[in-house]
Amino acid sequence: MTPELILFFALAVVAIGSAVMMLLSRNAVHSALYLVANFAVVAVFFLMLGAPFIAMAQVTVYAGAIMVLFLFVIMLLGADMLRQPSQALPWQVPIAVFLFVAFLGIAGIVLVPQVLSGVTPPAVEADTLRKFGGPLSIGKVLFNQYLLPFELTSFLLLVGMIGAVVLTRDDKKKG
Amino acid sequence: MVPTSYYVALSAILFTLGVMGVLIRRNAIIIFMSVELMLNAANLVFVAFARQFMLLDGQVFVFFVMTVAAAEVAVGLALIVTIFRTKKSISVDDLNSLKG
Repeated sequence: MTPELILFFALAVVAIGSAVMMLLSRNAVHSALYLVANFAVVAVFFLMLGAPFIAMAQVTVYAGAIMVLFLFVIMLLGADMLRQPSQALPWQVPIAVFLFVAFLGIAGIVLVPQVLSGVTPPAVEADTLRKFGGPLSIGKVLFNQYLLPFELTSFLLLVGMIGAVVLTRDDKKKG
Repeated sequence: MVPTSYYVALSAILFTLGVMGVLIRRNAIIIFMSVELMLNAANLVFVAFARQFMLLDGQVFVFFVMTVAAAEVAVGLALIVTIFRTKKSISVDDLNSLKG
């Protein structure tokens, strides 16, 4: 039981627990905060997997920008005050739970032999791992091999911005 | 060293929790947050396999997934706000105007 394994299991419990609480919470603001906790735990997983740049991007973009946007909209719409509306399809919850268990069972059939054999990632020295996911190496790959997708994402963000502005524009005011 | 299959199993659990959230909850914003949970689970698998094979392509892909998720959240929340203006409700059960 290495310290890393203990840390993994502790963080996995927190991640799954916060995801479950996000689903079960009646208050939308509580759900958003549980999701922020989940993102923070996943950022620590990224650090454990030798991806410091992605970990910081996760905290800055996901937890820092996307979840703040969610909280803005929740506060704007007053969603934390809305009651949980009644289900239109009452059989949906039992079937969803059953399918959840069934999927995990099927995934378990595939994963349990692998988990038992315990293929670990190749051990590299700490210096290589630090440079592996650092901004310099990611930049080298991103701007050489993946330059075209990078430029396309800038276009995508522009289109998203235009879309968000056009969608929320008030049509009654012309000119 | 944590075996890679542990990360895959954790990601599978988080992903199915996200799918359950999309199926069970009626609040449009909670459904959206469950979609973000699913994307996060996929990101975790990408980074785990990038570490397994010591290839950076997995992490670059995570970078792009985050970018697309950010754009999608912006547009999706704009849609929810616009729908709320007319319907005064964000329960997906109330969005049945196209129903025959």
